[in-house]
Amino acid sequence: MSDRPIIRVQHIVKSFGSVMAVNDVSFDVRAGEIFAFLGPNGAGKTTTIKMLTTLLHPTTGSLELDGLDVTTHQTEVRRRFGVVFQDPSLDGDLTAWENMDIHGVLYHVPRQTRRERCEVLLRMFELWERRDDFVKTFSGGMKRRLEIARGLLHTPKVLFLDEPTLGLDPQSRNQMWTHVQSLRASEGVTVFLTTHYMDEADRVADRIAVIDHGRLVATGSSAELKQQTGTDSLEAAFLKLTGTTIRDESATATDQLRQVTRVWRR
Amino acid sequence: MSVVYILWLREVKKYLRSRVQIVASLGGPLMYLGVLGFGLGPVFQRAGEGSYLQFVAPGVIGMTVLFTAMFSGIAMLWDRQFGFLKETLVAPVPRLAIMIGRTLGGATVAVLQGTLIFVVTLIAGFRPVSLLAVPLAFLVIALIAVIFSALATAIGSGLKEMQGFQMVMNFLVMPTFFLSGAIYPLEGLPRVLGALTRVDPLTYGVDGMRGLLTGRTHFGVALDVVVLLGVGVLFVVFGAWRFSKIEA
Repeated sequence: MSDRPIIRVQHIVKSFGSVMAVNDVSFDVRAGEIFAFLGPNGAGKTTTIKMLTTLLHPTTGSLELDGLDVTTHQTEVRRRFGVVFQDPSLDGDLTAWENMDIHGVLYHVPRQTRRERCEVLLRMFELWERRDDFVKTFSGGMKRRLEIARGLLHTPKVLFLDEPTLGLDPQSRNQMWTHVQSLRASEGVTVFLTTHYMDEADRVADRIAVIDHGRLVATGSSAELKQQTGTDSLEAAFLKLTGTTIRDESATATDQLRQVTRVWRR
Repeated sequence: MSVVYILWLREVKKYLRSRVQIVASLGGPLMYLGVLGFGLGPVFQRAGEGSYLQFVAPGVIGMTVLFTAMFSGIAMLWDRQFGFLKETLVAPVPRLAIMIGRTLGGATVAVLQGTLIFVVTLIAGFRPVSLLAVPLAFLVIALIAVIFSALATAIGSGLKEMQGFQMVMNFLVMPTFFLSGAIYPLEGLPRVLGALTRVDPLTYGVDGMRGLLTGRTHFGVALDVVVLLGVGVLFVVFGAWRFSKIEA
């Protein structure tokens, strides 16, 4: 691992009207590590990912990815990361191959390289035999794997995974993390992920940051967090750091639609 | 360029694969053509206006192009929250290229669907007065397609809920169709209705097509084309601007 952080976040604030979604958050992610971003619902995880992936601008503060300012060097930064959003972003009416191919064109991957990378990645994620099938016929786990494969097509330096195992069965979740862990060896990519499942973070993450109410409450390895809180599991450490109150997110129109699509996609 | 092409290709592929949808969307136009075309025929004839089928066929083609173009643009609502749009929005490509690719794709689909209906009108007995004018009529069809595909992109960029779709259908698409003179002549209309038909871009599209295919025109084909070109440029710029404002 090199010394220079691949992601550097300094004092970022994001407010929506009077709501402070992210409030003075700073952290570094080292090149080649698996970094987990944990927090209860509405803590500011997705907002942070959206800022890091250029979809939202921070109100104040600075964000750097691979030494580039995320706000001012949008296009260069976009070439350097791949992202798997919380909601699926595949086109179900196209085949797995076509979804990959469009991505390659959007990221200016030359035709020959595109074909080779598509094959390597589809094989790696065990989707090669299904490459000519429509994505709408895929299971949740297969879709997620395809999205990760797609996100890696343009050989990014950082891969963002926003709750990649949400709604998957334990088998698929297990398989997903095996894949993610092997990525570091095969692709040398830095992984920035968010999840609700503490056991998963415990298993795969080198370092963990815990965010709550828009503020960073702790950073460190799983062992450090346990030590810091005097607990013996990451789950207990997490609850100690963030409390046991249940957070009610106000349901937006998007959330409602999201629920509808989840029902219909099953 | 390759970005525009691949996004255009995506729209066209999806259209060609949705056989059920293609057939289903023939339903509306067929009803207007069949029921109105033959049902109102005798009255129209008695009023000394000639064949109503000849009159209404360009209107039905215009309607098909309008509906298809608007639908494909509004379908962005799905792409937007739960699908593919975000994938394109974080890609290292200009928003303009994405917007142009999508809009041209939607417009192409609308032209294809318009062509299909054109063939159906021919089967139903519609006879263009000059075969040479048919390619020119397709130019007008393409203009209509681009105008409404761009407008749909502009609207789709701001829509966040499915309910909004109903609003657009009831307060924009249906009035655009009914005010266009697609199903009635523009001559001798009450003043208010007459004024409304003149602000509807589809009016000029239908009039242009009708002029080219049947020789009957209200404004003159040249004026129709000029208006369509002007509105086309305006709507594409408007659509591109709205699309550039999308927040994911």
